[in-house]
Amino acid sequence: MGLLIHEEKINEESAAALIKLCPFGALSYENGKLSVSPACRMCRLYIRKGPAGAITFEEEAKPVCDKSAWRGVAVFAEQTEGRIHPVSYELLGKAKELAHVTGDPVYALLIGDDISEAAGELLRYGADRVYVYEDPAFRHFLISPYANAFTDFIEKVKPSSILVGATPLGRSLAPKAACRVRAGLTADCTMLEMKENTDLVQIRPAFGGNIMARIITPNTRPQFCTVRYKIFSAPERGEAAGKIIRMPVIKEMLRGGTKILDVTKKPEEIDISDAEMIVAVGRGLRAKEDIALAAELAEALGAQLACTRPMVEAGWFDPRRQIGLSGRTVKPKLIITLGISGSVQFAAGMRTSERIIAVNNDPNASIFNIAHDGFVGDLYEIVPELIRMIGEEK
Amino acid sequence: MNIVVCVKQVPGTTAVQVDPVTGVLLRDGASSKLNPYDLFALEAAFRLKESAPEPEDVAIRTVSMGPPQAVSSLLETVYMGADKAYLISDRVFAGSDVQATSYALSCGIARTGPFDLILCGKQTTDGDTAQVGPELAESLGIEHASGVLSIDGITEESVTVTVNLDRVLQKQEMRLPCLLTIEKDAFTPRLPSFRRKFATGDDAVSVLTADDLPELDRTRCGLKGSPTQAEKIFPPEIKKDKKLFEGDGQTLAASLYGLLSSEKYL
Repeated sequence: MGLLIHEEKINEESAAALIKLCPFGALSYENGKLSVSPACRMCRLYIRKGPAGAITFEEEAKPVCDKSAWRGVAVFAEQTEGRIHPVSYELLGKAKELAHVTGDPVYALLIGDDISEAAGELLRYGADRVYVYEDPAFRHFLISPYANAFTDFIEKVKPSSILVGATPLGRSLAPKAACRVRAGLTADCTMLEMKENTDLVQIRPAFGGNIMARIITPNTRPQFCTVRYKIFSAPERGEAAGKIIRMPVIKEMLRGGTKILDVTKKPEEIDISDAEMIVAVGRGLRAKEDIALAAELAEALGAQLACTRPMVEAGWFDPRRQIGLSGRTVKPKLIITLGISGSVQFAAGMRTSERIIAVNNDPNASIFNIAHDGFVGDLYEIVPELIRMIGEEK
Repeated sequence: MNIVVCVKQVPGTTAVQVDPVTGVLLRDGASSKLNPYDLFALEAAFRLKESAPEPEDVAIRTVSMGPPQAVSSLLETVYMGADKAYLISDRVFAGSDVQATSYALSCGIARTGPFDLILCGKQTTDGDTAQVGPELAESLGIEHASGVLSIDGITEESVTVTVNLDRVLQKQEMRLPCLLTIEKDAFTPRLPSFRRKFATGDDAVSVLTADDLPELDRTRCGLKGSPTQAEKIFPPEIKKDKKLFEGDGQTLAASLYGLLSSEKYL
């Protein structure tokens, strides 16, 4: 398998066209010979867009696994001290939709100690079967024992798709388990769809979020993905219909080279990810002192104050107030953005907000593409007036 | 003690667009830089060396997989304080996903000598996945900790770290060898040193190709060895039914106030 350069079709003109087309600068033309450097990312653009037949891609038939041996959509249910992380409920809701396409079951995998109640909750949020690995050694997250239980579950239950919350724990555990079973893993998916042949279509932002990539795992199972908190909506808590299956925990499973010395609760922090209302500011803000203006509006609305990445980089804001791919994902009932152009990185962290109101003086700002209501104007004229009006009402 | 720091050269900017008509990736390909998250892993390594009872007994090598131009980023790590740098570069690795990347890195790292501790940045600015470190650890058959806030102690046998989980901080002792991904802002990174720059010879960076890795299973490399495949890339979706208000500040403020009030946000 690989790229074949058809020398008879390469001349100065076609080589120049190909070099121009390559987004990675991987092609060079010297002494009448076109060569590909390791900078190549196999995007294969020139096959579709370049001079016809100049470079072709020879595909070997790949061994395809027996997909029918892998059934169902599994959700890794994360818990701390028996409390399920809400992202797990959101994933159960999505798993139900995905499994419905092929008529397959929804599984939840629960690892921990003293988690019977949590297992029951997972049934109420739509799991058909909850597989429980319960042992005092699972009380705190330990990479090897958790990964061992995870892969034991994969080997015994053979789920086709596995959804894991992109929490700190999930981002540590999912790649470990996926790599061990040599499964494909797609991180931070923002959309998921199921094909009839059980291929999971995973859509995620790429290149810092400026483009979207549609990713599939065509030849292997299981297929792993992680999804951030608040990308999907949790289903209604209903009646439990499925059953709980207790999995044997053997001693070998609990081995590892890591010892927990101490676990402390994180100090109470600024947390914008649970805010119901948010006022967010970006580079439209001219000076650090002007944060006060946005803060005043936030206070008048009872909203949390948030910001874009450049604001944090400029040292104007605490990083915990940053929305976006490298910050927090938020899903408030209302978000008002002030002077934010709306990069895809930022949008990825807030586009699922119920209502997006954008104020920006550039009518072409991309924030207006995702805003429900766009106000083309100067925030320095609009915001003080708005604060005055809200103040008069009170 | 041998410390390996994994680094990556990333685009200088993430300003990438897709031409909506032709589907061609429009990219400002010229500029590139060392992944900023890797600076924290590098700094962690340098501090471990400096605080060791015998700093000369601690060897730091940096390893990267990427195109030939990534040599420049690796040189930067040497100017900062790495003793040696290795670039794994071959067309065989083109199109690698997380799995194929971590496999190739694991073969490359094993080839460059023994290791006690591997440090990675939390994530890169181009892939943004934060998954290569943990998969690399599994490929090497060692344990890892993600999101390390501090390295609290190290002996010949183990390292003590504080790990950032969602609601709690875990202090744990890990047996060596192991891999840590270092949280952003865990340390203040240093700048490359001019003195080191002048003292650095051409042999500071060695390039390894697939032929230099006899253990490498080529069926697990590149596009062929990647279970996941990008089926399509496309520009982010644009919402259609947007409502746009225009006018002077006074009018806009009044419309916005009206909206907030009628929809009961006030």
